[in-house]
Amino acid sequence: MQRRTLLKSGAAALVAVSLASPALAQDPLKVGFIYVGPIGDLGWSYQHDQGRLAVEKEFGDKVETVYLESVPEGADAERALTQMAMQGADLIFTTSFGYMDPTINVAAKFPDVKFEHATGYKRADNVATYNARFYEGRAVMGTIAGRMTKSNKIGYIGSFPIPEVIQGINSTYIHAKKVNPDVEISVVWAYTWFDPAKEADAAKALIEQGVDVILAHTDSTAPLAEAAKTPGVIGFGQASDMLDFAPSPRVSSIIDNWAPYYIERVQAALDGTWTATDTWGGIGEGEVGIGEITDAVPAEVKAEAEALAASIADKSYHPFTGPLNKQDGSVWLAEGEVADDGTLAGLNFYVEGIKGDIPQ
Amino acid sequence: MLKLERRPAPSRGWTAVTPVLAVVATMIAGGLLFAALGKDPVEAIRTIFWDPLFGKFASYSRPQLLVKAGPLILIAIGLSLGFKAQVWNIGAEGQYIMGALFGAATGLAFYPTDSVLLFPAMVLMGALGGFLWAMIPAVLKLRFGTSEILVSLMLVYVAQHIMSAASFGMLKNPEGMGFPGSRNFQHYPAAFNSELIAGTGMHWGGVAALGAVVAAYVLLSRHILGFHIRVAGEAPRAARFAGVSPALLTSVCLGTSGALAGLAGLFEVSGPAGQITTDFASGYGFTAIIVAFLGRLHPVGILLAGLLMALTYIGGELAQLTLNLPSAAVQAFQGMLLFFLLAFDVLANFRIRLARRKVEGRARA
Amino acid sequence: MMGSIDPILLIASLMVASTPILLAAIGELVVEKAGVLNLGVEGMMIVGAIAGFAAAVESGSPLLGFVGAAVAGAALSLIFAFLTQVLLSNQVATGLALTLFGIGFSALIGQGYTGVRPPPTPKMDFGPLSDIPVIGPMLLRHDPMVYVSILIIAAVWAFLKFTRAGLVLRAVGESHDAAHALGYKVVRLRVLAIAFGGACAGLGGAYLSLVRVPQWTEGMTAGAGWIALAIVVFASWRPWRVLAGAYLFGGVTVLQLNLQAAGVAIPVQYLSMAPYVMTILVLVLISADRRRAAQNAPASLGRVFHASS
Repeated sequence: MQRRTLLKSGAAALVAVSLASPALAQDPLKVGFIYVGPIGDLGWSYQHDQGRLAVEKEFGDKVETVYLESVPEGADAERALTQMAMQGADLIFTTSFGYMDPTINVAAKFPDVKFEHATGYKRADNVATYNARFYEGRAVMGTIAGRMTKSNKIGYIGSFPIPEVIQGINSTYIHAKKVNPDVEISVVWAYTWFDPAKEADAAKALIEQGVDVILAHTDSTAPLAEAAKTPGVIGFGQASDMLDFAPSPRVSSIIDNWAPYYIERVQAALDGTWTATDTWGGIGEGEVGIGEITDAVPAEVKAEAEALAASIADKSYHPFTGPLNKQDGSVWLAEGEVADDGTLAGLNFYVEGIKGDIPQ
Repeated sequence: MLKLERRPAPSRGWTAVTPVLAVVATMIAGGLLFAALGKDPVEAIRTIFWDPLFGKFASYSRPQLLVKAGPLILIAIGLSLGFKAQVWNIGAEGQYIMGALFGAATGLAFYPTDSVLLFPAMVLMGALGGFLWAMIPAVLKLRFGTSEILVSLMLVYVAQHIMSAASFGMLKNPEGMGFPGSRNFQHYPAAFNSELIAGTGMHWGGVAALGAVVAAYVLLSRHILGFHIRVAGEAPRAARFAGVSPALLTSVCLGTSGALAGLAGLFEVSGPAGQITTDFASGYGFTAIIVAFLGRLHPVGILLAGLLMALTYIGGELAQLTLNLPSAAVQAFQGMLLFFLLAFDVLANFRIRLARRKVEGRARA
Repeated sequence: MMGSIDPILLIASLMVASTPILLAAIGELVVEKAGVLNLGVEGMMIVGAIAGFAAAVESGSPLLGFVGAAVAGAALSLIFAFLTQVLLSNQVATGLALTLFGIGFSALIGQGYTGVRPPPTPKMDFGPLSDIPVIGPMLLRHDPMVYVSILIIAAVWAFLKFTRAGLVLRAVGESHDAAHALGYKVVRLRVLAIAFGGACAGLGGAYLSLVRVPQWTEGMTAGAGWIALAIVVFASWRPWRVLAGAYLFGGVTVLQLNLQAAGVAIPVQYLSMAPYVMTILVLVLISADRRRAAQNAPASLGRVFHASS
């Protein structure tokens, strides 16, 4: 209930801001956002919208934000982007991989408008790209998972077999294995980013297989709710903090925090220093947040996880550091070698020790 | 008590007036909804209905109406032929997907050719894909008497799963960094369905849609097959005496609507959408059913209904952008518009009388 | 290959997974038996999901939540009933419009409820019975709605088979003109059937948001309403087969997830389309036998009824 009142007052504040800004502002920077889902999904689009609200809060009258939610990828995206640019948006964030080609096309027609595309790889003079190193957070989760599992089985609910998700699975497994050599990981592909009922079923299937730690790369809270039904099973918040399920089953979380990046980029646009960069931020940049580790985790495990997060944040440790072999036993990274971003961006194989195949 | 009395033929006057009445009623009800959400209702209605046509940026949004309406009109024209003859194809969404898959697979199989024959071949394969998918319910109906409503609907889900499998497997872009989805036809000139005249929004899909409207009009008003379709729907028994073969009619209606839906899918995937992805199908096949009925199954009506649906999509986007109207409100508003359009249809087909006795008295007199 | 999957647990979880589609499908069965095709199941389900969720959260009682969901589903279905039965609009188009409206409307009223946790629905207490080997963990450890849904199936079966009202309902679905000539109130009966269908769909939606997930999020039904439509066909309009169909459709999803969890490589997409292909096969089989087809499929399904005399 508290969460709800919070949301309500947040909404009231938002209305107040949007009422107040047009009257006062001289010529505010208009910042647009295109979301693939509804902002009420409590996952991917919700977190991007939290970033938008943070921008409004930070800059007040100096910016005006607009957004379009539930925009299908493809033809509709191109039209939506064009309409947004014509309505005078100066800086537009397109927040889903499928918006890549539409973003490039529309950007070519509006050279004076700045575009930022999330999770893609195509850039132009006025198109920047950005993504988050979620696998850094997965390393921390993997450490906790390896220490906490009693059955030595951890489960991972994957959305689609794409590089970002495969990075997460590998990172989880590598770090769970590091602290617990007996650990095994089961992967279930849900083929959806968002279908609460199916996610709940996937979690249940894993639990019935004896899994007692669940990680999800899908967006709803359903896996945590399912975990809550079985004592001794733990999980992690995904995308948002999901504190409603703390202290257990939610023992920590991996948070998509776009606010620092959005604020930085809006600032750059205001200052006239904006350029088409490629940003891949992680824990250190604040893009990947580690939600508070609860008391359900023993103090020494908590300390170990926090130390790992700190070493990733200050770049003294990279989650993909050799020696690491590929699943087939061939060498991927030699001793001390660190994976390059190009390989990670197209990652399509498991590391040694993970059973099963990536669906093709 | 109110009583409905069927008109011998739909009233021409009411047929023309009811859509306007329905739109006005929607504006009032929708205005109340928007007011309840704390938005200025007049402003919201104007943004949705007026701005895309005559607003500041209408030079962009007017052509976009055609882009959005094109596939809806093309599919709805095909469906309307069947609906008139009481052949219920409600699986156009699946035929749309299969048309896109067949056509896209043809194009990608020859990548990277620059043959001028490629695009026509894709168009043919697109039509064929939709046609074949629609012939499944046709054959099952003729052979076993299976309901085409249900088979065509089930085949939509099968098609969706095939498309998902194709975007992860067979048709996956080898240079796509491991992401699902095919190559983008925008970067494949021989296969790309580009705008015919820049800035008009008119691509081959729009041409096909307008062509289908004209062809359907001619067919229904001048051709013997059109006559058969109308008779079969209005008086099935009489149709048999008139020598209309129900089997042939079922095949023709399902096959035509499937081929047109397949064409719509091909033009969409090779043009505005650009690629096969897991999210390629966006419900055009289902929306087209509504468009067919809103257009009263008449070619010109369907043209207007398709444009009206497109208007609410594009105007709804504008309202989100300029008024922060949630997309859910726009969806609910579209639902209301459809309710009113369907509700007011009653006036065209029926007379409303006040009391039962009176009606009977008059009928006898 | 399947050795590591416990069949008892598999059946227990497919019962839970199937309950939303089971509820929606049995409601739609009654609607279709009355000769009406309502394609708005998805819309009614999702409105039931949010209405039930809101009612349960505000009152603190899951029971009131389910009541609220049934009322909301029925209320929404009355729009469909009014349009198709009184104003004689086309059922296919009206049903599709209902789904569109329901999805938008539910998202609007649900805006204050994202992130809220609903009051938990307690499990049924069968006492020592639930400790019986095999049967206990498989069948007797569920929440009440699982049993209610099966009771509804039984009730619908008995109603259609043994009661006079059930006979009249079937007659109306078979030939509305003949039923009308016999003096039955075709429209009134159909409106009642549609409202029952709406209430059941609402319950199914609420089961998702209150028990199975449990959480409210926009678009959370994710196509369950369309599966319910397929199940009615698969069941060839027979109540107990709805149960079998729902368990099949729910079971395939649960099974493929379980196989994956057990480390078996399976082609997910092809397995997921299997129930639909099977539905078509069933449809062909029952239609091929004309005599049996005539007993099951309502002949007036989807046709507009207008009492012209």
